[in-house]
Amino acid sequence: MSKNFQAGPQGTRIKSDCQVFYKPGSDPLKMNIESKVDVLFSKTIRDLAETTFASLGVTTGSVEIKDFGALPFVMMAQIETVVKRAHPEIDVEVLPDFKTHAQYETSFGRFRRSRLYLPGNQPKLFLNAGIHNPDCIILDLEDSVPPGEKDSARHIVRNALRTLDFFGAERMVRINQGELGMQDLESIIPHHVHTILLPKAETADQVIAMEAKVQSILKEKKLKKNIYYMPILESARGVLNAYDIATASKNNVGLAMGLEDYTADIGTQRTLEGKESFFARSMLVNAARAAGIQPIDTVFSDVSNETALRESVRVTKSMGFDGMGCIHPRQIKPIHEEFAPTEAEITKAKRIIIAADEAEAQGLGVVAVGSKMIDPPVVKRAERTIRMAVDTGMLEKNWKELG
Amino acid sequence: MKKKYEFVKNAAGRMVPTEVNGKPQVPFQGVNGYKPDGHKAAPPIASCTDYPSDGNKVVGSIKEALELAGLKDGMTISSHHHFRNGDLVMNQVFNAVEEMGTKGLMWFPSAAFPCHAPMTKHMDSGLIHHIEGSLNGPLGKYASQGKMDGLAVLRSHGGRWQSVQDGEVHIDIAVLAAPTADPMGNATGDRGPSACGLLGFGLADSMYADKVIVVTDNLVPFPCYPWQIQGQNVDYVVVLDKVGEPEKIVSGTTQLTKSPDRLYIAELTAKFVQAAGIMRDGFSFQAGAGGTALAFAIYLKEMMIEAGVKARFVRGGSTKYLVEMLEEGLTDYILDGQTFDLEGVRSMRENEGHVNTSPFTSYNWHGKGNFASQLDAVVLGATEVDVNFNANVVTHSDGQMLHGIGGWQNCLFSKCTILPIPAFRDRIPVIVDEVTTLVGPGELVDVIVTERGIAINPLRTDLIEATRDSGLPIRTIQELKAEIDDLIGGTPQKPKLTDEPIGVVKWVDGTVIDTIFKIEE
Repeated sequence: MSKNFQAGPQGTRIKSDCQVFYKPGSDPLKMNIESKVDVLFSKTIRDLAETTFASLGVTTGSVEIKDFGALPFVMMAQIETVVKRAHPEIDVEVLPDFKTHAQYETSFGRFRRSRLYLPGNQPKLFLNAGIHNPDCIILDLEDSVPPGEKDSARHIVRNALRTLDFFGAERMVRINQGELGMQDLESIIPHHVHTILLPKAETADQVIAMEAKVQSILKEKKLKKNIYYMPILESARGVLNAYDIATASKNNVGLAMGLEDYTADIGTQRTLEGKESFFARSMLVNAARAAGIQPIDTVFSDVSNETALRESVRVTKSMGFDGMGCIHPRQIKPIHEEFAPTEAEITKAKRIIIAADEAEAQGLGVVAVGSKMIDPPVVKRAERTIRMAVDTGMLEKNWKELG
Repeated sequence: MKKKYEFVKNAAGRMVPTEVNGKPQVPFQGVNGYKPDGHKAAPPIASCTDYPSDGNKVVGSIKEALELAGLKDGMTISSHHHFRNGDLVMNQVFNAVEEMGTKGLMWFPSAAFPCHAPMTKHMDSGLIHHIEGSLNGPLGKYASQGKMDGLAVLRSHGGRWQSVQDGEVHIDIAVLAAPTADPMGNATGDRGPSACGLLGFGLADSMYADKVIVVTDNLVPFPCYPWQIQGQNVDYVVVLDKVGEPEKIVSGTTQLTKSPDRLYIAELTAKFVQAAGIMRDGFSFQAGAGGTALAFAIYLKEMMIEAGVKARFVRGGSTKYLVEMLEEGLTDYILDGQTFDLEGVRSMRENEGHVNTSPFTSYNWHGKGNFASQLDAVVLGATEVDVNFNANVVTHSDGQMLHGIGGWQNCLFSKCTILPIPAFRDRIPVIVDEVTTLVGPGELVDVIVTERGIAINPLRTDLIEATRDSGLPIRTIQELKAEIDDLIGGTPQKPKLTDEPIGVVKWVDGTVIDTIFKIEE
C-alpha cells in the first residue's frame, strides 16, 4: 500500500495556486486534472504537467491536480515539491525559462527605503508586487513560511526569480537560519538573486560562512556574480557584535533590525514608543555608518494604521536609518514620502549641487556656497537628497534647466 | 426540441439571429447607424371616470390586483430593480401567478439578482417562458446553460427604454415596488421603512404599461409628495408588510476595494483624468459601482481638493463617497440614476443638489439628447477588451454569461470612456485578440488602465498628445497584451462554443450587436 503525497495550499479560498496529489505506483502515470481555468488552458496545463513529471523522471503512479489559476511557474514548483516529497532521492530541478526581465542588475548604494516582505509559499502575492514600486522585494523563506512548506516555498521562490518582473526592485531572499539556510542558498543563488538576508546574525563568522557557501556555489555553477548581503540583527548578542557583523563582508550593503525577536531576547515586549529598542537601533545605526553601509529598521506591523506608520517612519528617519521593512504594498508610499527630504533640505541641496557644477566648470577644486566651503561628503549627501526628491516626485528631473 | 435560428452578419462582423423570441430583429448597423421612424408606443386610452373618484385604488392582495389587471397566458410582467438583492416583491408576484395557473409569461425586469433564484423553478414549470433583462447570479447561470426557453435579451438601461418606446417590448402589467405610496398610486423611493432612493427604472413601465400595480409597505394619505411615480398612471395599489430589505441594496459590487492592485489602478485612473486636462473647474464625471470605480472617485476627490477644482455634476449610482463630495461642495449636483447605499438614500431626501433621474433623461436613444454624452469622463468596468478596444461586459473569457449591461453601453458616449481593469484575473487575461462577446464597439472606448500600464485608443490623438509628458506609464495595447500573455504562459485557447444561441446583446438603438452561444459541455 503506497502512501499519498500532497503539495500546495490547503483550504477553500485558493487563488493563483494549485494542489497536487501524487500516489506512487507501478502502473503507467495516470493524470487527472481539474482547473478553474480549464476552458482556456486545459491543453497548456496538461502539457505542462506531463512535461514536468517527465523531466523529473516520474513515469508511474497516479496524479491529481486541482488548479485555481496557478501560473506555470507555480504549478511546476508544486509538482516538483510533491515528487520530491515522495522520492527525496530525486535531485533534478525543473526550471522555467529565465526571462530577460528577471535579469536586471542592482547597485551597492541604491535606495533601500522600503523592503516588501512576501511569504515564499504565497505566489499570488508575488505577481503584481513590483508594480507598487518598493525599493526591494523580499521573497521570504524564513518566518512567514510554516516548517512543513519550506521545500515548496524554495521551489516557488526559485521559479519566481526566473520568471517574474519586479520592475526594478532589488531582488532579495531571506533564507532560513542554520543548515536549512545553506540549503536555501543552493537552490536560490544560481537564479540572479541580488541580495541575501541573513536572519538572526550574531557573529561575523555566520556572515563569513554564508559568503563562503555562496562563493562555492558560484564557482561550482561557473557564475561570475556579485551577491550582496544584509544581516538581520535580532538578538542582544547580534546587537553587541553589530560592527563586526557589518564589516564581515565587503558585500554587505546594510544591516537590518528585527525587533520582534530582539525584544523577546532581552526579556521585554515591543511597544509603539520603542524605548526598549532605542539602544539596539542606535547601536545598529552607528555600526552600519561606521562600516559605510545602510542602517535599515524593522517592519511596522499594523497595516491599517497609516498615521502611526508615518509617525514611526519619522522616528526611524530621525534616528539615522535609511529604510525599513514593510509587509503590505500600501505601506510603501507612506514610507517613501516620509523618507523624502523636506523642502528646506531640497533647497539647500540644490544650492550645493549648483555650486559644485560651477566649481567644476571653472576647474576649481573647492566648492563654496556663499562664503562657506563645502566638503565632498556633503556634496555627495546633497546628490542623494536630490535623487530622492526626484524619485518621490518632489522635484522635476530636469530641475536645473527649469531654474 | 431546440429552435432553429437563421443568422446574418451585422456591421461589426458578428453573426446574429434574424428573429428572437418570435420578434424580427434588426442587425447592428454601426454605432449611430439606426434611427427608426414613426411614432412612439403608447398605453391604451384611459378615462378617469373608470377609476374611484376618491382616489382610493387599494386592493386586497397581489393576486387580486393581477386578476383585476386581466393577467393571461403569454403576457409580459415588468418590474424595476431598485431593491437590487433585497427585493421581496417579485417572488411573491410569481407565486401568485402560480396559484392562478397562468403560463408562458415573459418577465421583463430592469435587472434580476440572486434573490430571484426561485424564478428558475417557474421557468422549469413553464410559468415563465423567458426573462428579458440583466441576469445576475443563478439566473445568469441558468440561461448560460441554455435551460431557458427563449433567448436572453441583454439590454442597457437606455436600451430598455428604447425597446418600450419603439414598441419592441409591450408591457402588459407593470408591478412597481414602492417604499412609500398614497392610495391613488403616487409613489416615491426616497422615504419609508424600505427606502431605496429613486424609482427611475420603473418610470417607463409606469408610463407605457397597459396596467400598473404599485406595491408598498408604507401607505400614506394622499398626497405622497414629492412623488416619483405619478398616480395618474397607476391602476391598483397593494399594501404588504414589507416590500424590500434596503440594507441589501448595498450589494458586493458597491464595496470599496481593499486590493492594493486595484487601488493602484484606481489611483492611476485618477492621475490620468488629471493629466489629460479633464479635471478642470466645471467638469463632470460618472463612476459606477464596483470597488475600483469607487476608489477612483476617492482619489479624484483628493486631487480636486488639492487643485482647488469643483465639478458641475457627477452622475451616479450614488454612494456615500459621492454624497460626501456633494456635501463638501466639490460638486453642484449628483444626477442620480440608482442609489447604491443608504447614505445615497438619505442625501436624495435631504439635498437639493441630489437629483433623481431616469434612463430617459440619462441614456435614452429616442430622447432629444441625453446626459451621458455630456459627461467629460466615465469610469466603467469590463470583463475583456480586445486589441481594437472592443469591450465585453456580459460574458467572461470562458464564455459564461456573467452580468447585465446596466448603463454601461449608454455611458460609452461620454467624451472620455475609461476602463480601469486588472490585466489578468487569476490566470485569465483581460486583453485579448478578439472579445468573446461584443458589447461596446472599440471606437467608443478611449482608455484602458491596468496595473501594468495605460493604453490609449489610437483614435484619440488628443489624449495621447495631452498625456505625452505626464510621466504616466502609457503603452500600446499590444505591448500590454504581450506582457500578460508571457506571464500567464501563452495566449489561452478559445472556449469551444456550440452553434446554439442562448442570448443576444442589443445595441443602445435596439439592433442586435452580438450573440451569446452556449459553450460545449
